[in-house]
Formats: sequence, structure tokens, C-alpha cells
Amino acid sequence: MHRRRLARLPLALAFVAVLSACGRGTSNPSPAGPPQVHRIAIAYDISGRGDGGFNDIAYNGAKEAADALRVELKEVTAKLDDTDDDRAERLRLLASSGYDAIIAVGFTYATAIQKVAAEFPKVKFAIVDDATVTAPNVWDILFAEHEGSFLVGAAAGLKTKTTTVGFIGAVQIPLLQKFEAGFTAGVRAANPAARVQVTYLSQPPDYSGFGDPPHGKEAALGMYDNGVDIIFAAAGGSGAGVHEAAAQTDHWSIGVDADEYKLEPVNVRDHILTSMLKNSNVGTREFIGEAAGFQFTPGVHTFGLANGGVGYATSGGFVDDIKAKLDGYAADIVAGRIVVPQTP
Amino acid sequence: MTRLRAAGLVLAAPVVAFGFALAVTLVILALARVDPLAVLGDALAYGLRPVTLVAVANKAIPYYLAGIAAAVGFHLRLFNIGIDGQYRLGAFAAAVIGAAVSLPAPLHVALVVVVAMAVGWGWAAVAGLLYVRRGVNVVISTIMLNAVASGLIAWLLSPARLAQQAAGSNNVTTATIPPSGWIPSIAIPGVEGAGAAVNGFVFVAIAVGIGYWLVLHRSTVGFEVRAMGLSGRAAKVAGIRAPRLALLTMAASGAIAGLVGLPQLLGASHRFGLDFPSGLAFTGLSVAILGRNHPLGVAFGAFAWAFIERSAQVLDLAGVSREVVTILQAVTVLAIVVAYELVRRIRARQERRYVARAVGGASGVTV
Repeated sequence: MHRRRLARLPLALAFVAVLSACGRGTSNPSPAGPPQVHRIAIAYDISGRGDGGFNDIAYNGAKEAADALRVELKEVTAKLDDTDDDRAERLRLLASSGYDAIIAVGFTYATAIQKVAAEFPKVKFAIVDDATVTAPNVWDILFAEHEGSFLVGAAAGLKTKTTTVGFIGAVQIPLLQKFEAGFTAGVRAANPAARVQVTYLSQPPDYSGFGDPPHGKEAALGMYDNGVDIIFAAAGGSGAGVHEAAAQTDHWSIGVDADEYKLEPVNVRDHILTSMLKNSNVGTREFIGEAAGFQFTPGVHTFGLANGGVGYATSGGFVDDIKAKLDGYAADIVAGRIVVPQTP
Repeated sequence: MTRLRAAGLVLAAPVVAFGFALAVTLVILALARVDPLAVLGDALAYGLRPVTLVAVANKAIPYYLAGIAAAVGFHLRLFNIGIDGQYRLGAFAAAVIGAAVSLPAPLHVALVVVVAMAVGWGWAAVAGLLYVRRGVNVVISTIMLNAVASGLIAWLLSPARLAQQAAGSNNVTTATIPPSGWIPSIAIPGVEGAGAAVNGFVFVAIAVGIGYWLVLHRSTVGFEVRAMGLSGRAAKVAGIRAPRLALLTMAASGAIAGLVGLPQLLGASHRFGLDFPSGLAFTGLSVAILGRNHPLGVAFGAFAWAFIERSAQVLDLAGVSREVVTILQAVTVLAIVVAYELVRRIRARQERRYVARAVGGASGVTV
């Protein structure tokens, strides 16, 4: 008993440290009272955890913050036939069960959050990938995927030997068309002569394109057959199939969300040129930090190149020779000298 | 007395099946190292709150419509897997047209309903025609047509064509239907809490259930359908035109399927978007099997399904994977099929015995 109490001491200290860190910068810091976040919940869209990409990264950020605060983190997942009412009810259940920082991943939660946030003014909500919810207790988290995609597009444009590159998107939805638009713009900027072949694995409401590696491989093999030598796989779990196809036919592929070089087996990863990083952990972590702190700034929070929300991976060292050029593009985007389109 | 016993047997089947599925679920929960009874208690406590029951009723409405749509096909052993495509295409067309016109309220709602039914009718008729004229298996053609419907909607649901994308949103939706085309929700007196109102479309669902029963049992077509379902050959010999009937049934199933998306469209979202619920067809098929194609049975099945799914939200909080619920539902459907088959055999045996007794008493022959 005694030992257990002692063991808790450093954690309690860490907890106070986090609290005071969150409170820093406010004009009127209250004394360290109880934290404003007791339990954290993440509600995913239909694809859920274990996608090796976006959702997992979002979870990592929340987990980090939850661990720092020593609070519980709960996850729930949506179903394909969910209505707005179902999603609202899910959020309501969380809010009324004592979860006071709730992150909803995906634009499908927009209507539900707008409704439920008004019913639970003391609970802090965040919605990822949507900027339409306006409420004093809601963070809208957006990522500038087009900016990161521009950089890997530029890498593809500089590296292609056939002046033909490919884009494989999971599902044809605006969110992924943002990747396509950025990628295409990046290719053009670096190599005006290059052509971009585009395909999507499925059409909504069929979201199988996010988790269908064989389909991804099939599409990639077709493109490689067709003169493409580098493919950007903005396809969630299906990307594994694209990387496999690249390894099999000795071409390049480009990963998405996570640094996929680190996730793939050795023989495959040496064909991953780079990855477009979507650091959703930054968004979730910062939201929880603010929710637990003394100052909460509702509204749209965009995570782009400027604040480390997106980027490109250098693992493997395959883009080391063009790194200076890519960083130059990045600087131009941050400075506003290049405006990356968001729709193809 | 025998009739009463027969009815008891029919009712016993779903109860036994549910009980069996529940037992399997409890074992799985125990294997997942949670206290099964505590979890079940939590789920029931949540599910039986009045507010939740209202939500369950709302969830049951589209399930019921999908169930009736499936049941219509089942009578002729037509497995309409295409309910999914039929209702999505119907709701999409209805949303586009509903947003484009401005009419007095009842007419506006009626127009939306008619458009959705007509599109579902037409889309299902394609599968019906393929079946009747070319002998194409309905299961295959409707699955294919689902994919075609998805592609068609995906193509049309674009800012360049029939839809729009709000600034800052990743959703693409049709324009919003003006309020004259909305169906109001009905607040239930005594039930407090957010979202405690029943979708007004519930009356349409009830009307569909009654209409289904009346057509089936009080009309010539309904008689033909039932005769055909009992014995296709006998019905053909009796002069029933089987192809025409199959086409009609398929189209009727599609028309009802067209209604499935409307509680959401008319009562909640008022627009069709990427977030429009899909995949309700499979629930409909399960619910129709559960309810033995009877309007009241399907209602029971739809409500049970909705109740299970809604209560299951608690499982996530208890740290139990919600897939457990899918197992519960799947085992229920399997068990119910087995249970009905058992009931059928028991009844057949009873009938044989009855006939044997009646006849045997006179002639001494055992049947």
C-alpha cells in the first residue's frame, strides 16, 4: 500500500507539470485545481482503429495526451448504416458518461457534433477533417493534406524517368481529391511535362477502397504496366498492395499518413520513395492540451506545413538528393508564394 | 386447440432462437473476460430508458421498410439484395427533385415519396425484367445493380453536377429540401431528453405494413403470389402467369425499398450526402427472415434489431468489442432458420399423426 502511494508520486508531479504548462500564457492563471478533463473519448468513422494510418496516428496523439494527464481514453467506432441520430446518440452517451473531451474523426460527425455540443456546453469536442461546426466548445481540426501531397508530388516529378506518375486514391471523396489536387500540382511544378494518371479504388458509399490491398495491388500493376513509374497511394490500408506491386515490378511508390517505410517489410520498403505525413496526432494532442488547460479557443485549427501538421518522410534516404528542392517548395508554400489547389 | 398449439409453436421458434443466440453471446462475453451479466445489465438499463426506446423506434422504421421490401420478394423466393441500391438511388433522386421544387407542404412531401418509390420501382424492375426475359439470377443482377447505383450516385453527387460542397466541409450533398418538404417528428409526452421525438414517417411505415397484408391476403394478386410461393407448378397449371407475377413482385419490392431512405431524408437530414446511411438492405433481409414475412413479425424483428444495436453502444464503453453484437445477430438469424425448420417438421409430424388417427380409426391403415 505504502509502496503504491510512493509510486504514484512522480506521476502526480508530471500531472501538475502538464497542468501548469497548459495554463502558461493565460493572463489570469487559477491555482492548480482539478483538471478540466477527466475522461477522453475518440469516436472513429467506419474504418476505425488498426488502419495503420490516419486513425491510428490520431489515437497516438490522444493517447500521449491522455497518458500525460493520467486519464482514461476510450474509443468507439461508427457503422456504415449510421444516421446522424445514431452518431449524435453515440456522442451523447459518451458525454453523459463523464467523457469531457471528445474527439470525433471524420466529417460524417459534423451534424451530430453541432447538435450535441449545444446540449453539453461543458464538454469539449473536436471534429477532425471538417470546418463547418461552430460552437464555443468545439475545435474544428483540418489538415492541409494538399500541401504535403504537393511535396511528394514534386518528389515524384523530379524522380520520374518515364515522365508519367500515378495517383491511387482509396475512395472518390473530396477529402482524398485534396490529396490528388496537391499531388498533381506538385508534379506539374517540378516537371511540367509529366503526366499524372489518376484512379480511385471505390466510390462512396463503398468505402472498401480504404482496406483492400489486393485491389490496390491490381490497380498499381495496371498503372506500372501503363508506363507509370511512381505511384502515390493515398489509399489507407490498400496502400500496402500498391507498395507490394512496386516491389514486385521494381518501381517506386509513395506512402501516406504514416512514414510507411518504417511499417513495411524490408524487401518492400526499399521501393517506398517517400511518404506524405499527415500528423493527426498533433491535432488530437493539442486539442486535449487546450481542453485540459485554462484557455480554450474554439473554431478552425488548421495543421499544415507551417506547424508540422503535414510533411514528407525522408526514411530510406531516397529523396536526399532532392531534399533541398523539396524544402524550397515547402518554404514557398509556407510563405504563400505557392498556393496549392485543393480540388482537382 | 391444435391451432392454438400451432401458433404457440410458431411463436416459440423466435424465442428459442433468441435465447440460444443470447447464450452464445454470453459465452463469448465470458471468454472476452468481462462479466457477461453485468454488461448485459448495463446494455438493458441503457436500452430500456424511454429516451433510448424512442431512438430505437426511429432506428426500427427504415429496418421495417427494408424488411417488408425483402418480404415481398421472399414470397416468390426472389432474394432482392438490391434494396440497398434501390433506396439510395430513390432517396438521391427524391432529394434532388425535392430541393428543386417548391410546393405546399403535403404535396411536397407526397412528391418526394412518389419520386423515391418510382425510382426504386424502376431500378428493381430492371432486375425483374432480366430475370423474366433472360433468366438472370435476381441475386446476381441486384448485386450488380447496387454497384451501378453506387457509381451513378457517385458521378451525379458532385459539385460539377447535382450537388454542392459547403466551404470547409469534406461532405458533398444535394441542396437542402425546403421545410415544406419535411416530415415533423412527434414528441412523446412524458419522455424528456435530447432527441426524444418519433420520426413522423412511422405512420407511412405502419400504412405500408397494413397495405402489404391487405394486398397479400385480400387481393387477387396477393392470392396469386401466395399460391405461387406455395407451389409454383400448381399455380402455373392453375393459369397464373408466373413471369408477369415475378416482375410485378420485384417492382413492388423495389417501390417499398424506395421508402427506406425517406425517414432520414424527410425527417432528419433533408438532403442526400456522402454521409447518407447505406447498407440497410442486409438488415432488411435479416429482419424479414426473423419476422417470417408477416407484417407484425417483421415489425418485431426490426424493433429487436434496432434495440440490440442501440443497446450495444454501451458495449464500447464497457471495453467489449461491438462485433459481439454482430455475432449475436448472426447467430439469431441462423438459429431462427433452424428453429423454424424444426417447427415445420414438428407440425408436419403432428399433422401426419392427426391424419393417421383420423383415417386409421376407420380403415386401420397407418400413414
